[in-house]
Amino acid sequence: MNALFATLLVPLLGSMLMAVVPRCRIAGWLNVAFAATTTVTSVILALEVLRSGPMLSAGKFFYIDAFNVYLVVLTAFVATTTAIFSRPYMDYELGRGRLNSRRMRLYHAMYQGFLFTMLLALSTNNLGILWVALEGATLATVLLVSLYRTPESVEAAWKYFILCGVGIAQALFGTVLLYFAAASVLTVPEDGLLWTTLHGIAGQLDPTVMSIAFVFLLVGYGTKVGLVPLHNWLPDAHSEGPTPMSAVLSGLLLNVALYAVVRTKMLVDGALHGVSNMPQLAGYLMMAFGLLSFLVAGLFLHRQRDIKRMFSYSSIEHMGLMTFAFGLGGPLATFAALLHMTLHSLVKSAIFVTVGHATHIAGTQAIDKIRGLIRTQPAVGWGLLLGTAAIAGFPPFGLFVSEFLLLVATMESWPWLTVALLSGLAIAFAGLFRNIHPMVYGNQPEGQLPVQANMLPVYLHLLLALWFGLAIPAVLAHWFDQATQLIAGKGVL
Amino acid sequence: MNFAQFTLQEQGVVILAALVLFASFSLLAQTRIIASIHAFAWQGALVAAATALVAFVAGQPHLYLSALITLALKAMLIPWILHRIVVKLAITREVETVVNPALVLLAAAALVAFSYYVALPVEKLSTLATRNTIAISMAVVLLGMLIMVTRRQAITQVVGFMSMENGLFFAAVVSTHGMPMVVELGVAFDLLVATVIFGVFFFQIRQSIESLDVDRLSRLAESTELDEAVEPEEPRE
Repeated sequence: MNALFATLLVPLLGSMLMAVVPRCRIAGWLNVAFAATTTVTSVILALEVLRSGPMLSAGKFFYIDAFNVYLVVLTAFVATTTAIFSRPYMDYELGRGRLNSRRMRLYHAMYQGFLFTMLLALSTNNLGILWVALEGATLATVLLVSLYRTPESVEAAWKYFILCGVGIAQALFGTVLLYFAAASVLTVPEDGLLWTTLHGIAGQLDPTVMSIAFVFLLVGYGTKVGLVPLHNWLPDAHSEGPTPMSAVLSGLLLNVALYAVVRTKMLVDGALHGVSNMPQLAGYLMMAFGLLSFLVAGLFLHRQRDIKRMFSYSSIEHMGLMTFAFGLGGPLATFAALLHMTLHSLVKSAIFVTVGHATHIAGTQAIDKIRGLIRTQPAVGWGLLLGTAAIAGFPPFGLFVSEFLLLVATMESWPWLTVALLSGLAIAFAGLFRNIHPMVYGNQPEGQLPVQANMLPVYLHLLLALWFGLAIPAVLAHWFDQATQLIAGKGVL
Repeated sequence: MNFAQFTLQEQGVVILAALVLFASFSLLAQTRIIASIHAFAWQGALVAAATALVAFVAGQPHLYLSALITLALKAMLIPWILHRIVVKLAITREVETVVNPALVLLAAAALVAFSYYVALPVEKLSTLATRNTIAISMAVVLLGMLIMVTRRQAITQVVGFMSMENGLFFAAVVSTHGMPMVVELGVAFDLLVATVIFGVFFFQIRQSIESLDVDRLSRLAESTELDEAVEPEEPRE
């Protein structure tokens, strides 16, 4: 319980402190230190939950179970490794004159603020606070997207702000409807937004109201997940902001939004179970949106000219796949989705870190100007190649396992959809490699020099992805299984 | 729906709801920026009044506090901030051209009908006196979106956004006597921060495209990427 408060307070304090530390150099180190401390406390928290099961604290305000605690650890961990990358990277940007020290201060304060809002969204038991925290995450990152103040970045940030604002307003309407459904059942309506309370009485909630609420919630949070056709903001925001921001947006924020969708799906499934003529409405909606996003984003990969945009579309594709898997339900698909969530975060943030170095080498984000990375700097070139292989689902890496499990689960319940999934995977694979190949192998332009690169986060993440692909450690498998039990009713192990 | 069955206070809430909806329509039809900010302030005041009335009818003292916060935030502070920005940017006299205003208003009427259609199953279950207010609040949300879609000026888009928020808050008040206080405070805080950030943005947008016409923010559209790619490169030394 104390570990929980520490996990939340450290980034909050960090954010406040960073707002007043004038020296950029110190702030970079402090950023790493705060994020690392958060990781340590989150691991302690995870061990507590592993030992003594789900816990409620602070008057039912926080609820930690196997599902969200692993996301808390993942979030803190990726934020730390990205902070390690961000320190020299942002120093370099400062040296190039793309931003001044005041904006650096904003950047560091908001980095920690963003971490805080995500951890709050994950750990809170109150669905209203979940909404507030997710909106807070948008607010914390929107000024970072426009950090460089180029016309493109201002446009991207405006789009991000408006589209996500409108989207998430729908989610608030859904939350109001949820509360409305709960208030007519509960004697103490004040508890009507607590997830644990709602989950307990899910069977009594009015099915019609809950279905309408879910549609609003799915559209709202789905905008943040980046589901097609609500994805327009995502490639812009991810490509125009500073690269460490792209890494945490793609790797973490999308997960948290999907987490919100899954939490509400659990409630709606409970309410519709056995009462309605379409008990799996929530699942079907998620499958449809997920599959659409997966296929459309895969096609868009082919026509990208900007390396960061390309990988943002790859994020949409993977989020679509996870949404599909959660929608499919059932233990196997849920297990696959949880595993995929973890691995996608690790690999995608590793890729963005590598892309950051690659853009520094080439001095541009345009795909057709980045050439011969392996010749210029083998570490970066190989990092990009291996990262792309991992994200495309090549066998030794963990994403192969999660995608394979998902295919098996689909084969069991919806055999025809495996065709769509397989062709989608092939399209995405082709889209990634036709762009990556010349960037990595091609002839290097004259005068292209290596940069000082910090590849430690990349190799760490890729090694983890490799490890999970070869043998998932027993503790972790058990953990995923517990989460699967919570979401799908029974585990796979 | 038989209005004669309503008590006096309930009738009052319904009338206020109708006025809130009317304010949304006038926001939609208003082409002058300052005037639309004023219309937004009036809508905020009406929502606050409705909240206070619901607090009185239902005997929910915490709603008085919500009403006060709404009045301070949405009827005074946010309009004041927007007003100041407009003055600072020297666009007080700017008039916006709305493409096809008659069609937009017809679409708005259709959206109201649609919200009644969606809200019907919800209404049946409602045990509260204020029944058709849910449909109205949903209509206000949808009209806010319509404002954002049809307008080109960044500031009017923000006004549409805020008016959407009014609809959401109104829905919470009339359907469930307000969300738990902690959530309401959180939402209010987010809204305030959003206003400040919007303010920062106006200046950033102005700086980058020398106008607040967001139609001119179109560098990142998928189709233009191809155009950019075929543009001739600058000759290298």
